[in-house]
Amino acid sequence: MVISEQTRSKIATAISKYPQKRGALLPAIHLVQADHGHVSNECAVELAEIFEIRPIEVMEVVTFYNMFFDSPQARHHVYVCTNLPCSLRGARSLLNQLESHLGVTAPGETPDGRIFLGHEECLGACGYAPMMRVDGQYHEDLDVEKAKRILDSLGK
Amino acid sequence: MLERPYVTQYLTEHFGEADYPTLEGYERFGGYGAARKALTEMSPDDVIELVKTAGLQGRGGAGFPAGMKWSFMPKEGDRPKYLVCNADESEPGSFKDRILLERGAHQMLEGILIAAWATGASATFIYIRGEYAHPADQVERAVAEAYAKKYLGKNVMGTGFAHDVIVTRGAGAYICGEETGLLESLEGKKGQPRKKPPFPAQYGAFGMPTTVNNVETFSHVPHIIEKGANWFRSFGTEKSPGTTIFGVSGHVVRPGLYELPLGTPLSEIVFEHAGGIPGGRKVKGVIPGGMSMPILPAGQLDVPMANEFLRERKTMLGTGGIMVMDETTCMVRVASVISYFFRDESCGQCTQCREGTGWINKIVDRVERGAGEEEDLEVLADVAGKMEAKTICAFADAAAWPIQGLLRHFRDDFVEHVRQRKCPFAGSFEL
Repeated sequence: MVISEQTRSKIATAISKYPQKRGALLPAIHLVQADHGHVSNECAVELAEIFEIRPIEVMEVVTFYNMFFDSPQARHHVYVCTNLPCSLRGARSLLNQLESHLGVTAPGETPDGRIFLGHEECLGACGYAPMMRVDGQYHEDLDVEKAKRILDSLGK
Repeated sequence: MLERPYVTQYLTEHFGEADYPTLEGYERFGGYGAARKALTEMSPDDVIELVKTAGLQGRGGAGFPAGMKWSFMPKEGDRPKYLVCNADESEPGSFKDRILLERGAHQMLEGILIAAWATGASATFIYIRGEYAHPADQVERAVAEAYAKKYLGKNVMGTGFAHDVIVTRGAGAYICGEETGLLESLEGKKGQPRKKPPFPAQYGAFGMPTTVNNVETFSHVPHIIEKGANWFRSFGTEKSPGTTIFGVSGHVVRPGLYELPLGTPLSEIVFEHAGGIPGGRKVKGVIPGGMSMPILPAGQLDVPMANEFLRERKTMLGTGGIMVMDETTCMVRVASVISYFFRDESCGQCTQCREGTGWINKIVDRVERGAGEEEDLEVLADVAGKMEAKTICAFADAAAWPIQGLLRHFRDDFVEHVRQRKCPFAGSFEL
């Protein structure tokens, strides 16, 4: 069993809130991913058992959404928003300089698996551009030096 | 950082108060008085009539009258009825719902409670985009506070009315902002929009009658109940009453949020409130209502920001996300960013959208590289025209409109790329 008892009980609580069991599938995937970093085939099979659906239906959902992953991920996730309001305020040049700083081409991860650097579409921070999302946290009103310092401060 | 709006009216008046996001702080400013009034002194029909008279239009992009939407909910039958709060704000250029969730969660919850009373809904699902982790935390905390004080649950405020609120976090898909894509996602599926009819009022969340409203739409409701339709109509225009929160981004001195009456001229918002263009440069174009809405050229910024006026200029208010571009901006690059977004976010169900968004993006990028031909511009217009009003949802239309707008007002930018076989705007923002 790859999904822990503790997570299973959280999933059961989520299921109890919805009129149909499957309503809790997105919350359940969020929980499993918080434990494992991604949704492996084993996790998908166990989720399918819990939700009484086929494993392929779980994976269809996992692969539809940008925030769900079906393969192992880098330890830190850095996304620079490159949509229009951010691009107008220098997001592309910020992303280019972070690529050189880390020695990666976005989307891609550092050879040691420490940081994944990618771009993302609008994150609702248009008035505070440019911005990036690091491990789920927003960093706004960035300049290159500030952004580099944030990346350098990330743990191994 | 997320700051309170530079200009505030009734919606955001108290957003600077540190305790306003808490139930205690919200009640300090009279919070939940409107819900108490609705539940104890007004019938559901009274509430619907009042909101209709006030003329509240949905603030999620389409501008549909909220009271009328509520009246579509069936009155008979014993099937449960649901509300959905669309907090999947992801229209590029829009960031108003985020502050309403972070600082005004109780104001929104109070609006939800009043709408629930009006429609007879037993539960509300608040669907928040997955990236809004902090706003979602704030909403979950507010919901827990409201349950603890019996403002939600089996016996709301001792009236016998029962209402539950469930917070669901999305997982990163623009299409889930489309109301039926949202419903699919809420049911634990891929967020692919549903064919309509049946409309959500007949067959919505989990197959039950459902009304979907935007965060801001709900947030206006307590104020209308408390102060009345005439007071609400003292803001805005006759056809578009009330205020809205404009988000200004791009090439302005003070990007940020501005709560202003509908009908405020676009030029006043850009040049007075947001401080105009930095460095003494001139404005070239402004997208008035989120990225799906066609751009306006510098000469048309006198337009009042309300749909009845914007429609005359072949654009719309949308989500009120105003994107300002100065004279250095290459409009083919703008088209490139926009068309990449729609290509990336198309859910892939309908051929016109799946293929059309890809074609547009490829052609625009070819023109930007200097490899385009004059006839590419005709193909662009042709493909965009064939994406309109042919698909399950309005996403394809939303992908076509901004390209049509750019070709309408900035065709010369495209032609110059073809003629010079390169991008002639060396000083434009980087791609």
